Parts: sequence; C-alpha cells; structure tokens
Amino acid sequence: MAKGDGAPTRGEQWRAAREREDRGARLAATAFVVAIVAAFGLMAVYIAGGQTQLEGLLLFIAFAAVGTGLGLWTKRVIGPRIVVEDRYPMRSTDEARDEFEAAYEESLGEAVIGGRRRFLLRLLAGAGASLGLALIVPLRSLGPGPGRDMFVTAWEPGRRLVDTNGVPILAETLGADEVRTVFPEGDVGDAKAQALLIGTRPDALQRQDLTVETVDNLVCYSKICTHAGCPVGLYRASVGELICPCHQSTFDVNDGAKVVSGPAGRPLPQLPLGIDDAGYLIATGDFSAPVGPSFWNMTHDVDA
Amino acid sequence: MSATQPRRRQSPVDDLARWLDDRLRLAEGSKKYLNKAFPAHWSFLLGEVALFALVVLLFTGTFLALFYTPDSRLVVYQGPYVPLQGMEISAAYESTLRLSFEVRAGLLMRQIHHWAALLFVAAIVAHMLRVFFTGAFRKPRELNWVIGVTLLLLSFAAGFTGYSLPDDLLSGTGLRIGYSVVLGIPFIGPLLGFLLLGGEYPGTDTISRLHIAHVMLIPAGLLALLGAHLAILVRQKHTHKPSSLAREDNVVGEPLFPSQTLTTLSLGAFTIAVLSLLGGLFEINPIWLYGTYEPYEVFAPAQPDWYMGWTEGLVRLWPAWEWTILGVTIPSTLLPAVGVGGLIFTIMFAWPWIDRKWVGKDDLEHHLLERPRDNPLRTGIGVAALTLLAVIFVAGSNDVIASNFEIGLQRLTVLLRWACFVLPPITGYLAYRIARSLQRGERPTEATASSAVESA
Repeated sequence: MAKGDGAPTRGEQWRAAREREDRGARLAATAFVVAIVAAFGLMAVYIAGGQTQLEGLLLFIAFAAVGTGLGLWTKRVIGPRIVVEDRYPMRSTDEARDEFEAAYEESLGEAVIGGRRRFLLRLLAGAGASLGLALIVPLRSLGPGPGRDMFVTAWEPGRRLVDTNGVPILAETLGADEVRTVFPEGDVGDAKAQALLIGTRPDALQRQDLTVETVDNLVCYSKICTHAGCPVGLYRASVGELICPCHQSTFDVNDGAKVVSGPAGRPLPQLPLGIDDAGYLIATGDFSAPVGPSFWNMTHDVDA
Repeated sequence: MSATQPRRRQSPVDDLARWLDDRLRLAEGSKKYLNKAFPAHWSFLLGEVALFALVVLLFTGTFLALFYTPDSRLVVYQGPYVPLQGMEISAAYESTLRLSFEVRAGLLMRQIHHWAALLFVAAIVAHMLRVFFTGAFRKPRELNWVIGVTLLLLSFAAGFTGYSLPDDLLSGTGLRIGYSVVLGIPFIGPLLGFLLLGGEYPGTDTISRLHIAHVMLIPAGLLALLGAHLAILVRQKHTHKPSSLAREDNVVGEPLFPSQTLTTLSLGAFTIAVLSLLGGLFEINPIWLYGTYEPYEVFAPAQPDWYMGWTEGLVRLWPAWEWTILGVTIPSTLLPAVGVGGLIFTIMFAWPWIDRKWVGKDDLEHHLLERPRDNPLRTGIGVAALTLLAVIFVAGSNDVIASNFEIGLQRLTVLLRWACFVLPPITGYLAYRIARSLQRGERPTEATASSAVESA
C-alpha cells in the first residue's frame, strides 16, 4: 500500500468525504449569513420609506439564500439517503372487515335489528333531506327574481338622448362617421340602457331593412354585445362595422346591426329615434329586442 | 447498566420535546414518520410548489385584506396618482390604489399575491400532468385524483373572484362575461345571475359577494380539500418510479427526516424567493392604468389571466350558433362555455374510471408508476388533449395574433377551428408512435439481461 499510487485507502476516502461535507457546511453557513444580512437590509429599506423593487430584490436574496443553505445542507452535508418502507394493500383483510361488521352490528343493539331499524333509518334520512331543503330555500333571499327586468330598459318614448356628460344632442350636430355613447337623460352610465348613436354615410343606410323609425342618417343601437355582454366599443367607419373587443363579434351598422362575423347570435337591438320640439334627439320607444346576451325565454315576454 | 443507556441530551428544545411528550405521547407513534419514504425525483415536488404558492397567497392575501374595502359606493379620489385625482371611483378601486401607492410594501404584497396566483394554478396543472402521464391516479388513488380536479376548479374560482375585486376596467369586463354565461343557462340562468349579484348586472351586492367568496368560501374549500388530499397521500403512501429497488409492495425514497424536510423547506424558500423577485421587479395588473370600471367602457386587447384563457378561446372559436327550440333560446355562449367546459371537466373527473375500462384495463392496485412510454395509448390521448387545449388557449388571443402577424381575424379563426380537429390526432398519434418505439428500443436489452440471469 504505497502512498500516491493505486486506489485511495478507506482512511483517505473517509477524509475526502469529510472534507466535502465540511466545504458544504461552510457554504451553507455562508448562505445563511447572506440571508441574515438581506433580512436586515429589507428592514432598513422599509424603515427608510420603502421601495418596491429593492424590497422584492432583498426578499428574493434572503429566501434564495435560505433555500441554497438548506439545499447544500441536505445534498452536500447529509448526502443521498435512501430508505425502503414496506407497503401493504389498502384493502383491509377479510377478517378485519368481518370483525368490524360484527362489532358494528352488536353496538347498534338487538332491538333495532330488522324491519324497525330500516324504518327508523328511512325516517331519519327523510328528516335530514327535508331539513336540508328547508335550509337551501332561503338562498332565494340573495336577490330579486328577473321578472320583466330582462325585457325592458330605461328608454321610454320622449326621453332625450344625452352623451356621457349628460348633454342632450341636436340631430344636426352629428356628422357622418361620428359615434357617441348615449344614455336616457338622467340615467348617464346606466349599464343596460347604454347605446351607440352613429352617423352613417349618406346613402349607405339600408332603410328598407330597419324595423324602427330613425332620424336622417342616424342610427342608434344597444352598446351591449348580444354575445357575452361586453360594450361594443370599436367602430370601423370605413366599412360601417361595430366590433366587440372581447370576442370580435362584428355588426353591420348600415344593415340593422346584423352579425357580419364573430360568435354573436343576433343583431344589436335598435332604438327608435325622433326629435322633440326643441330639436333634440329623443327615443320614441324602447329597444327593438331585449338587450345584452340572449337568454332562454327572450322570445316570451310575459307582459308584452 | 448506565453505560448502555443512550445519553440524555439537555437543551431547551429537548426539554420542550420531553414536556410535550409527557402530555401528548408523541414519541411512540412518530418514530416511523422520521423514516417515511419520499420518492427522490423532481417531478414529485410540483405539488409542493403549489402548496407553497398557496402559503404565499394566504399570507399576502391576509395583508391585502387588511386594506381592501369591498364596497362599490363612489368616492372622490384624492390620492397621489395624478391622472385619477378628483374622479369619482368606487371605494373598492380607491382602496386598491391606496394599497398600491400609499401603503408601504403594499404594491409588493399585491404583485406577489397576483404572481403567486398564476404560479399556484400553473403548479397544480404541472402536478396534474405528472400524475396523469405516470398513471399515479390509478387504483387506489382515484379519490385523490377527484379531489385534485376539484382543487383545480377551486383555484380557477379563487383566481376569477380575485381579479374581479379591484373593480378596475379589465376586471369588470371579465365579470360581465362570466355573468353573461350564467345568464345563458336555460331555465335557471336569469334567476341564478340575479341571485349571484343581488339583482340585475352590475348588481347591488356584487363586490361584497365576490369578496366573501374570495377570502372565505373558496379558501375554506381549498384548505379543507387540501387537508383531505394530504391525509389520503399519507395514508396511501407515495407512488414511486420504476427502479431496481421499487416494487408494488414497498416505497423507495428519501427519509422524511432530515433529507426530505430540508429539501422541501429549500424548495419552499426558493418558491417564495422567485415570487418575491417577480412581485418586486415585474409589474402585473397595473390597475391604475386601466381606470375605474364603467359598464359602457372597454379596451382592447383584453385577455384574462392565463388559466381562464381556454374559456376565452372556446367562446371565440365557437360559431354564432343560436337557436330557439320549442320556445327555448340556446345562446351562443352556452355550448362552448357551459357545454364544452362541463364536458372537459366531466372527462377529467371520470378519467380514473375511463382509464380502467379502456386504457389501463385492469382493476388492480398500482403503486409502481408507469413511464409515459409504458402506456402509449394514455400518453397519446394526453398529448392530443393537451394539443387541443393549447390551440383553444391560442385562440383566446386571436385578436392579438391577427394584428401582430397581419392575418385576417376571420381567416385565423377558421384556421384555428380546423387546427382543433386536425392537430390533436396528429400529435396524439406521434406521441403514441414515439412511446411505442421507445418501448421497442428497450426490449432487446431486457431480454438479454433476463436470459443471462436464467442461464446463470
């Protein structure tokens, strides 16, 4: 066993392993010191007034250092360890099952075995189910029912159209290609009555297909997409198309807001327009159809 | 006599341990847990990442809840953010702005919370893929698979209610779409929508209901199911990868103490570290730029957080099919959002039983994992399903893609519809073939090895 040649002796192996472990332990200790420094740095930054980026960075350094220290500890100092545990099938043995069943039957007692126990159990189940139902029913208190709400909006004959600042609109002030978000006077911001007033290009409007009355080259449609209810916020004046930014349903403004493309299933409802004595735009009725996304009984307005 | 007895150590920790054991009899049952075996492979740690993300969510979330006001009443903004000064905004939005700009470390906490939410769902999905592709859901672990899928659903719900709380323009848009989908459910939709929000959209109690769901109901469900998930895991013990030691009737791995404890704590520290870095340096959900929510305002492009991308993609891809059958209108959101979404999750819930009948084809207990190549059919199905979800996910950003690559939006949508039908069979079949050929590549060596043993 000459020194320096051949395989290292067991003593040398032990010493080498020991040195590796020591190195790992020193590195882990360094990492923990870094974590302590970073934690105090974090406190200093906070006390000095706080700074989001610096706080995030110091928090990162502190936790990453702790993680590094722990990782070095387990990988370098402790080293790989493997244990083998026994495992048994999850199913209990037949004996255990039988014993349990026997004990269960015995505990429940002789008196209720047979028809009477089943009777009692059924009544208990019935009582439980009834009580459960009675406890669920008050969920109805969470809100009013829809009633006719889904079929009507705040628009009524004679109500003026106003813009988002509440200013009424003279018919002649809206030129071709102009778009304005409008509400019934006094209901600015109303989620359901919101509508788009659009000045179409001369002769572009296909009047024969419109089901409601309108003024000059103006049309007014519900601003709520008939697909998923987003505001139909984009207007491409060059082709006269309204586009919903959520799922890209596209409606032809000149043709009764029929769906050109996209997932919407029906046109945007149209608002009938008129002019009052002072020359301001008014609605002459409610929208031509229920606004917003379709719902199961939309073709059955109970009171209409 | 005294020489053979182990030396009693005398430190405060040891004293405390003895004090507790005097009262709770801990040492007797706990010894075996020191050597509880944890499989030593990184893929078994994905679930732990989700666990630590949840811990971060609970801590940062508690901090946020101390400042957040769940109230949609309007107040005049008087804080330091100049563009909004003097505007009427909801108290919820105002408190989120105050939290971001005026509470020290508030923005850091808010951003870490949001990043942790994204990581939480991502880690759950990654963990689930590991469980799926290695067959870890098989008997006796069906129950834990079902709990896991429920946890995934709850994580979606937590995320959705969470990003609706700031009451900014983007969050309001997501809520509006969710409400519209509920409204479209036949017979009960309108009533359900009214009950959820306390009236017709935008509702009177919307914010307070979302708040209580986000900070109480959903976390309670998450924690209860997580407890069950972990208890079942301990009861059934871990699965393990095939190796020379691993058998169906043993568990091979690192001991719980100290190896696995240190590894787990290290992983937890790194998870928190990465989330801190993201939360500190990478801006997320800058609600002050979006502005307050007005039901008549919207901006484009608008995408939800990543884990809701598949629902977004489904409603964008679905054709404008809207029918009225026997007086009942079927809105065009019902089939993609409720129908297909429900179908996807039904299949996921039922997968252990589907697998038992048609894929794995046996009813035995399995504790030894399969590698993806060991079951080409399951691997093929999994890859096909992932491909389909990836196409749907991409479709959720079809407007962004169309404008960046200058493709017509309609053409892109048609292309993606075709991709839904064409790509999954191709990738699924390829995965199947690759798994088969990997299997074949191994067989000769196995045969020679076993024959060598026989002849010896």
